[in-house]
Amino acid sequence: MNRRIFFSLLSAGALGLAGCQKTATDEIPVGEFASLTGKEATFGQSSHEGTVLAVEEINAAGGVLGKKFKLLTEDNGSKPGESANAVNKLIAKDGVVAILGEVASSRSMEAAPICQSNKIPQISPSSTNPKVTETGDYIFRVCFIDPFQGTVMANFARKTLKAQKVAIFTDVKSDYSKGLAKFFKEGFLKAGGQVVSELDYNGGDKDFKGQLTAIKSANPEGVFVPGYYTDAALICIQAKEVGLTVPIFGGDGWESEKLTEIGKESVEGTYFSTHYSPDAGGPKGKAFVEAYKKRYNGKLPDAMAALGYDSAMILADAIKRAGSTDGSKIRDALAATKDFDAVTGKITINAQRDADKAAVILKVKDGKFSYIETIAP
Amino acid sequence: MRGREKLFLLIAIVVAIGLSYVSASFNRYYLGIAIDVGINIILAVSLNLINGHTGQFSLGHAGFMAVGGYFAAKFTLVYGPTLPPAAQPFLFAGALLLGGIVAALAGLAVGVPSLRLKGDYLAIVTLGFGEIIRVIFQTSETFGAATGLTGIAKLTTFGWAWALAAVTVYVVACLVNSTYGRGFIAVHDDEIAAGAMGINPVRYKVTAFVIGAFFAGIAGGLYAHHKAVLSPGGFDFIKSIEIVVMVILGGMGRTVGVIFAAIILTILPELLRGVAEYRMIIYSLLIIGLMLTRPQGLFTWGKKGAA
Amino acid sequence: MDWFLQQLINGLALGAIYALIALGYTMVYGVLRFINFAHSDVLMLGAFAAYYLAPLVAPLLGATTIPSAIAVIVLSAAICAVIGMTIEYLAYRPLRKRPRLTVLITAIGVSLFIEYTGQHEKVFGAATKSFPTLLPKTEIILGGLRCSSNDLVVVGLTAVLLVAMWFIVQRTKIGMAMRAVSFNEQAASLMGVNANAIISFTFAIGSALAAIGGIFYSMRAPGIEPLMGVQPGLRAFIAAVLGGIGNLPGAALGGLVLGLLETFFGGMPGLSNYRDAIAFALLILILLFRPAGLLGKVQTEKV
Repeated sequence: MNRRIFFSLLSAGALGLAGCQKTATDEIPVGEFASLTGKEATFGQSSHEGTVLAVEEINAAGGVLGKKFKLLTEDNGSKPGESANAVNKLIAKDGVVAILGEVASSRSMEAAPICQSNKIPQISPSSTNPKVTETGDYIFRVCFIDPFQGTVMANFARKTLKAQKVAIFTDVKSDYSKGLAKFFKEGFLKAGGQVVSELDYNGGDKDFKGQLTAIKSANPEGVFVPGYYTDAALICIQAKEVGLTVPIFGGDGWESEKLTEIGKESVEGTYFSTHYSPDAGGPKGKAFVEAYKKRYNGKLPDAMAALGYDSAMILADAIKRAGSTDGSKIRDALAATKDFDAVTGKITINAQRDADKAAVILKVKDGKFSYIETIAP
Repeated sequence: MRGREKLFLLIAIVVAIGLSYVSASFNRYYLGIAIDVGINIILAVSLNLINGHTGQFSLGHAGFMAVGGYFAAKFTLVYGPTLPPAAQPFLFAGALLLGGIVAALAGLAVGVPSLRLKGDYLAIVTLGFGEIIRVIFQTSETFGAATGLTGIAKLTTFGWAWALAAVTVYVVACLVNSTYGRGFIAVHDDEIAAGAMGINPVRYKVTAFVIGAFFAGIAGGLYAHHKAVLSPGGFDFIKSIEIVVMVILGGMGRTVGVIFAAIILTILPELLRGVAEYRMIIYSLLIIGLMLTRPQGLFTWGKKGAA
Repeated sequence: MDWFLQQLINGLALGAIYALIALGYTMVYGVLRFINFAHSDVLMLGAFAAYYLAPLVAPLLGATTIPSAIAVIVLSAAICAVIGMTIEYLAYRPLRKRPRLTVLITAIGVSLFIEYTGQHEKVFGAATKSFPTLLPKTEIILGGLRCSSNDLVVVGLTAVLLVAMWFIVQRTKIGMAMRAVSFNEQAASLMGVNANAIISFTFAIGSALAAIGGIFYSMRAPGIEPLMGVQPGLRAFIAAVLGGIGNLPGAALGGLVLGLLETFFGGMPGLSNYRDAIAFALLILILLFRPAGLLGKVQTEKV
């Protein structure tokens, strides 16, 4: 009996599958997929807010090629497996000309083969794993990659902080954190330093005292914490409590006003590398911060928001230069991007389709991020 | 009776493969979901054997799926490039089989210690095993650690997914309807009585785990070659719960119901995309509402244990 | 040796928090024979209640003072007690006669519901919020060992609460009623015990303890977000089973053991990322060889 039902279901399903529609309007449909709910909702929501702001500004200025952007956003719930469906829908059902996303490298890599085989350009705002753009020539990113950032921080630790021995405290659940840690270690050892302790935590953990006590007893001169601000703030607080007083520093995952909000005095004197600083970025950065604050009730943008904004802006610029919304033309225009004046710095897309841009190092001082230096690639 | 079953199985497989050949013209989005449905049917039906028919409350099914997926993907990643395209289907079949077998071994490893436990305790232990498996994959550099495996060849087609789903349904249904298979239900209904009747509950419980795990592993392999990326976070406790909800929605032990439940629960999140921010809230309310109003499942026609 | 003692201190404070949360799991299991998966979310709600209450209490009792801390903790616990009783009434009571599997799934549904509703921007939002400082914090340094005043408060208060729970359960009438219901619900109600009321009471206490545990947890790690209860909840749950689910001293012991384990293993290179797996492996071993837990009583099954 169930055989019959199974069989009839199969045929019914087959009929339903044969539909294939693309809506044509006088708008340019742009797809975005992000983790708006679930474990990493805070990052996805941030980058989404930046993207939305950009699209609103683009449309207020008259759109691109005379047409307005229509932003179609799909949520992937921070779950593996969902991004594929989201992107398939955006491409096959909604007929988008490009895909913006995602914050997390693993989810970007889930979507990349689909975008590549459909010849739809994909721009990731902040996925830093080198493999993302290796998927194919339609995949781009507007951020620097882990090897660059890791080396930047390694050199900073060695040369500016003059640390000989460091400890590395990695978020073992995050491939961003692991990637950054790996390249930092390589860079630091190459610069003549020594890694005295390597311990892990699970992203989302709230108790680090066990590991921090162990790190302290290894006597490092600095601690590299390549994780996200949600954990970094707590780590700094508990580090003070166990008496770990050496400088603690991290990467762009630290950048958020929440770092100082949660960390308070404990994050004073810490350093991190990131994409931009209103002080280093000049007028464009400052204007973005003001616009973001106005749009989102006084909230300050974090790195994800800024990158989400830039990914949309770069797309608009590429379409303008391409003079068309054809996938391959947009792709070529994106690949030719040179010195694009983005909020997060001047972006040049290199041969690997990653962004060649400078990193800035910030120090937390008096509850604010104070600019230390810029390091060019 | 057996002959007719076999005929339907053959027809289902032929139709699946046939549709697959013309699937190139299908809308990619719907096709992707259809393959998801096929994979979830395998997961739900295989879990049903453990939870529904044999009454073992297993909350670690995602672990078996992970084992199958990772091993199958690693196999194609390592051997794929060295073989000519013509050999791809055989490569894929080999990979799936490998994944299934290793998963079955994992099922054995989980099933044997769990023998003496019942109800809540069994649930906890299987949950624990599922999490241990996930942590191992998350830490193992061979399997990509936190990043997982990427760039997996997209070998799963509609034909593969649904043909294998048909095979799974066939095997499980026949197993349960056979004389041997009545043992599963006996163990479910009253283990001690079954033991007194000469049915070895140990053997049945372990068999249920092994076979259930085998097919979960196959589903994992199909999943890996469908999404092209495997990350350890996708095989956590929540994934196991999603499969459990399919089994419960379908009415534990009713294969047909479980198939329908798998289809509905796979399509539902896609239908709810319009209200994406409420998706999980609706899903959780659905679970609560279902348990409060109709805990025996939505599809309760046909006898329990019948195919 | 210093390192060992320091980790011991770290682990005790953490373990105390797990013990508080584990108590709630165990008490509910004792009376209802079911694992309340939504318990971990009550922990989160307690932390959020404190987050919203602290600024309201501050004008009256000062911002980081002992009276305001007490007020915030007591009020949050009370709110969560009500929430716990409501969940029991709406979601679990109608299923009292059903197989335990059904209620378990319902509990999972409730847990997911609270988590995802909390993440919605109109409710709490997914972003991490900064937990207010409830008590003035000082570092206490004894020789080479350091300890935060918060930790001492946590351990001290937990000890007090554990003793209070023990007292309630063993020496009061309502405690006797709880024990009666957990032993045999039908017999107890035949003896005049209002089982429903007792069960509600148990949920109220368990939820209040979870709320306090959640606040203590946030005092150590002042970043709260809707999914914050999942990890500690899972660990406290393992603790409860470890100690013998249904057994109150067992829950306390289990909590301490787990806190110490997590801290010691966390500090060991190579093993720190296997912490979760080790905790679960321990759990499985205990369940296989001593299913009643460390302090539980072994029960034979009547045919």
